[in-house]
Amino acid sequence: MSNVIKLKTPLQVSDIEALRIGDIVHITGTVYTARDAAHKRMIDTIDRGETPPFDVKGQVIYYVGPTPPKPGKVIGSAGPTTSYRMDPYTPRLLDLGLRATIGKGQRGKDVIEAMKEFKGVYLVAVGGAAALISKRIKEAEIIAYEDLGPEAIRRIYVEDFPAIVANDILGEDLFSQGKEKYKTQIPR
Amino acid sequence: MRRIESAEITEQVKTMCIQANTELGKDVVDKLEDALKKETSPVGCDVISQIIENADIARDETLPMCQDTGFAVFLVELGSNVEIVNGSLENAIQEGVRAGYREGYLRKSICDPLSRENTGDNTPAVIHVKLIEGDKLKIVFAPKGGGSENMSRIAMLKPADGLTGIKDFVIETVERAGANPCPPIIVGVGVGGTFEKSAILAKEALLRPVGSKNPNPRWAETEEDLLKRINALGIGPMGLGGRTTALAVHINTHPCHIASLPVAVNIQCHAARHKEVVL
Repeated sequence: MSNVIKLKTPLQVSDIEALRIGDIVHITGTVYTARDAAHKRMIDTIDRGETPPFDVKGQVIYYVGPTPPKPGKVIGSAGPTTSYRMDPYTPRLLDLGLRATIGKGQRGKDVIEAMKEFKGVYLVAVGGAAALISKRIKEAEIIAYEDLGPEAIRRIYVEDFPAIVANDILGEDLFSQGKEKYKTQIPR
Repeated sequence: MRRIESAEITEQVKTMCIQANTELGKDVVDKLEDALKKETSPVGCDVISQIIENADIARDETLPMCQDTGFAVFLVELGSNVEIVNGSLENAIQEGVRAGYREGYLRKSICDPLSRENTGDNTPAVIHVKLIEGDKLKIVFAPKGGGSENMSRIAMLKPADGLTGIKDFVIETVERAGANPCPPIIVGVGVGGTFEKSAILAKEALLRPVGSKNPNPRWAETEEDLLKRINALGIGPMGLGGRTTALAVHINTHPCHIASLPVAVNIQCHAARHKEVVL
């Protein structure tokens, strides 16, 4: 297994320049959660020329809609949701300085291109590893769109959040390269 | 007539909602451990190890193994000598879901298809009832996540398409799904019946113990061949490349119309959750 690379947020371009697809990273620091409805509202806000709930510059967005926290806990189970649904919004946010997104599943061409252009990375967390990830989230606070329930924007503080680099700033894609590498032919 | 109190059904359903979401079955864990030994991709091994560790944490701390605690799906077998008293079977189950998702701190993921307004309590559940002989009531609960359900498909093939057509459709469905349904997956295939019957067959196929064989040797051989071909696609754990794309392929069949060959593919993520109770 590859060595684990430690990342501290917020991220500078220099923090992610050396990352390559297949690298295993552990993230420590503040991360923001947002999924479908929160993205739509954030982009609408930006389109109106208003200030979004947080400045995305140098930040990391985690695509998640957690379960409700049990009494005394900061958050419930919190695994990644499928990222392609956020593809229509991601290039805009990368243009504004968003440095990394965390989710599961493959990104579209436009997002991969935008990561190359604006210097961003896409990290994959293990879908369904929601209890394990929950233990790495030390603080959580709803900062916007509370009415969206699980889809509200939360500011979370994570320690050693495990993820895998799936797209780097060179425009490489672990999904297509990984599949090609392990594909075998079976005659019909 | 044997009488079953509706309140007892509600209580059992509530317990099943919480247990199914926090305790991954041993059959699934065993298959994951086998897969970990066979996987050659380092990233793939890292993913499978995390899934196994996650199942342990979820069980030990009664935490949902996945934040998507699913659509509540029930398959019920109701004996003809059973009478449900002080309420209906339907209401008893819906009430159990309401209580289970509230008390278990499970996510409520059900909304209006257009307004997207959340119903707030994870109801209504989908309930399939089969009437059988006897005086027992069997309830199987299978919460189904959105990511894998979204990748499921149905086809009304021509009879001439035959076994090759069936296999091609299954493989094409898994390949199109790629990373989205959280591989390693379990592939439930329903062959035959009508349009809706094939979908229910595929769902029922997912409830068999993982890796169990179809009793008909011909279909068992097809299951094995499909599993081999799916794992040769290279998609791998979480779609990042590897030899473990599926843990099992289960095919359930039913006779069909002379003009038809319906095939449904229901994809299940690795969090293959289900619980059952017999009253």
